[in-house]
Amino acid sequence: MSENSESHSGPSAVELHGISKSFPGVIANYSIELMVRPGTIHAIVGENGAGKSTLMKTLYGMHQPDEGTITVNGKQVQFKTPTEAIAAGIGMVHQHFMLADNLTIIENIILGAEPTDNRGRINFGAARERIEALMTSLGATFDPGTNVSELGVGQRQRVEILKVLYRGAKILILDEPTAVLVPQEVEELFETLQRLVLDGSTVIFISHKLDEVLTYCDEITVMRQGTTVAHTTPAQVDRRTLAQLMVGSDLPDPSGRETKVGEDIRLQVSGLNVASEIPGAKLALQDININVHSGEIVGIAGVEGNGQFELCEAILGLRPKLSGTISVGGSELSGSDTRTRREMGLSYIAFDRHREGLLLDSPLWENTFLGREENATLTVGPFMKNRSIEADSRVIIERFGVLTPSEQVPAFALSGGNQQKLVVGREMASNPKILLAAHPTRGVDVGAQSAIWDELRNARDRGLAVLLISADLEELIGLSDRILVMFDGHITAELDPVTATPEMLGTYMTGGEIVTSL
Amino acid sequence: MKNQRLQRVLVTSASSLLAVFVALCICAVILLITGKDPIQAYSTLFGAAGDIKVLQGTLNRATPLMISAAAVAIGFKMNLFNIGVEGQMRVALLATAVAGAAIDLPAPLHILFCLVVAMATGAIWAAFAGWLKVKRGVNEVISTIMLNFVALSLVAWAFKSFFTADTAPGVLLVKTKELPPSAWFPDIVERRLNGMFFIAILVLVLFYVLVWKTKFGFQLRASGANPGAARVTGVNPKRMVMISMLMSGALAGLVGMRALLGDVHAYQNNLAEQQGFNGIAVSLLGRNHPLGIFISALLFGYLGEASGRLQLEDIPKEITTIMTGIIVLAVVIINEAVKRWDDKRIQHKAALALATRVVAE
Repeated sequence: MSENSESHSGPSAVELHGISKSFPGVIANYSIELMVRPGTIHAIVGENGAGKSTLMKTLYGMHQPDEGTITVNGKQVQFKTPTEAIAAGIGMVHQHFMLADNLTIIENIILGAEPTDNRGRINFGAARERIEALMTSLGATFDPGTNVSELGVGQRQRVEILKVLYRGAKILILDEPTAVLVPQEVEELFETLQRLVLDGSTVIFISHKLDEVLTYCDEITVMRQGTTVAHTTPAQVDRRTLAQLMVGSDLPDPSGRETKVGEDIRLQVSGLNVASEIPGAKLALQDININVHSGEIVGIAGVEGNGQFELCEAILGLRPKLSGTISVGGSELSGSDTRTRREMGLSYIAFDRHREGLLLDSPLWENTFLGREENATLTVGPFMKNRSIEADSRVIIERFGVLTPSEQVPAFALSGGNQQKLVVGREMASNPKILLAAHPTRGVDVGAQSAIWDELRNARDRGLAVLLISADLEELIGLSDRILVMFDGHITAELDPVTATPEMLGTYMTGGEIVTSL
Repeated sequence: MKNQRLQRVLVTSASSLLAVFVALCICAVILLITGKDPIQAYSTLFGAAGDIKVLQGTLNRATPLMISAAAVAIGFKMNLFNIGVEGQMRVALLATAVAGAAIDLPAPLHILFCLVVAMATGAIWAAFAGWLKVKRGVNEVISTIMLNFVALSLVAWAFKSFFTADTAPGVLLVKTKELPPSAWFPDIVERRLNGMFFIAILVLVLFYVLVWKTKFGFQLRASGANPGAARVTGVNPKRMVMISMLMSGALAGLVGMRALLGDVHAYQNNLAEQQGFNGIAVSLLGRNHPLGIFISALLFGYLGEASGRLQLEDIPKEITTIMTGIIVLAVVIINEAVKRWDDKRIQHKAALALATRVVAE
């Protein structure tokens, strides 16, 4: 988009030039160009997987770039560890708070950087003085002697920021800081940040919520698919253009389908409310209503962390709900445990195959058996039929094109794409009635992706009801019959994939509203 | 591609053998430092292997080790470290000695009754640790260690206060009332090898079948391997913790039965002492697999049986205790090193196999 417009005096606070970073098999960042002027709030926006976190880890010294240069305050630097980045005045406020609940605010802040007298004793008086001075400049009002366990979410975040300032940071990186905050707290956060900027600090603000970015930030860099695609200011763009920049504009046509969506509702979620895991934070899910018919794929679009995970867990019975109903094939699920729900024909492709999908150290045949212990062809009474299980595993491996020397290989030996195909194969093998598919093609190569898509389409044509959770717009538009957008624990829109445009999706996914009628 | 499985077995056994070898080398150095001749010591120690009496003694000593190792291993399969086998065993010993002496039954029934009492009390004692973990999130390592102390003191107090039998004049050793002969577990070889050896073998076989051949065992292993993955398939992790703790405790209850039903026939202080702790070492060396446990129990049993001979050569028999300790350390270190190497090897081989297949196509 537009080049940096205003002329600037003096060196940039941070300048990244030509940064590339690849991990085995994946290029996470390439040709990154970023210029952050001192004394500004600079937003970095992009979808999940656009490479924002990788880039910030590079800047914070958590790993080293393969190519490119980093310049801080006009000096070229190379950070081997975060400690070196901190010494250069860079601080990072992580999305997940790293605070010890049973320590006081002072103790948390000085942890690892304790001021000591010459006999090695901690000088709490000096620490308190400095922290109180910092708090005054931030406009924070709490007593630094309180235990962190007594603080609310917004206050905890303030403590994280103090921690970074205490270590002398002049450049602050905030990784999606508003994800856990209620609107009021968001406002307070930005008041704090603006005070900091007035005091001469620089803030790099990672977000995907465009309203915040447009309201509070001075400059914006947009990232898409591993690289920086635009540098602009709120004055130069509107939210529509920004959303379009973020998601890209080349979207596939929704593939036509020959079969019809069934009449019967397979999965019905109504009025579902689920509490957040973080005490005191807003609800994770609020008044969710979803119907999935047989032979229908309902896509859930949204940036990760807006309630999709909690939705799946609630449907599976892994997480208690506050109120609302979930029914499968007309029968309410309240009293049934996860295993019973699975037996009723509910299948689940988990968000993270390593954490919830696979037994990495176990052979593939045990992995394809996982969760199918009640399958009559694979077991007799309480016993496993190992030969049948191995044969069944070979069928899944063959049908889903999992590339492996044999079913005896442990799962960790496979590439990510092949592991994913194995998980999808297992979940489809039990002929489910309803499939919850969370990012079914995340981190897999193009070939594996189209194979998985074909399987999903074929299963849909045979009557499978699919709830497809994805952040990949191509996947959502290409597969879904309807798209629901989730933002902040709500369903904010229902779209027809035929008429949905990237800017519409981008707008709803980032919390905006479209004023004109569709 | 069955050879993949065979390779894993070979790599696993090789790493355990290597650990034993390394431990022998380190002990040789220790012997040298103390001014003894390691070659002479080892030839005395292992020269006893041909003696039939030593072999019978070995099997007899291996019996409780096999059971306590199985008790530890069933916890390990679920990522639970039950260090409380010793305490669970001790509670079961006193309870069985008292209950068994209080009733009269025909021989096989009386023995069966004693075994059931032992398993039940062991399981109850282990259930405390399981309950603490499930309800309060207390780490089982801490709670089982603490419960060991509680069990030791509680049993010693109860024994002394309520259950000591009147002894003949001149006999210093206090015991509970002796079990009637119908509760005695018969010997295979008079005074040398007790029939509980078969129970131990049965335990190992059942352990193998349960853990590797049943649905329940699969869920147990899956929960241990990846609790997150097991959870989303509907396996209740808390229930699994409780069940494996109960089973571990039930086996722990059996550990002391060779000494009680097969040897002393009454409870006394120090009865079957340390056998619960030694199971941890046997289980580690045996890699939590029944066959490995069987072989390791024989090794430890042999070391215990043959150690007496060292004293004849003026070599302290404690060298075998040191050896046991070093074996455990070596096993932990070498297993980890070998696993890392083997993981890389498998990954490399899998990638290579695919590369050649793609080229062939």
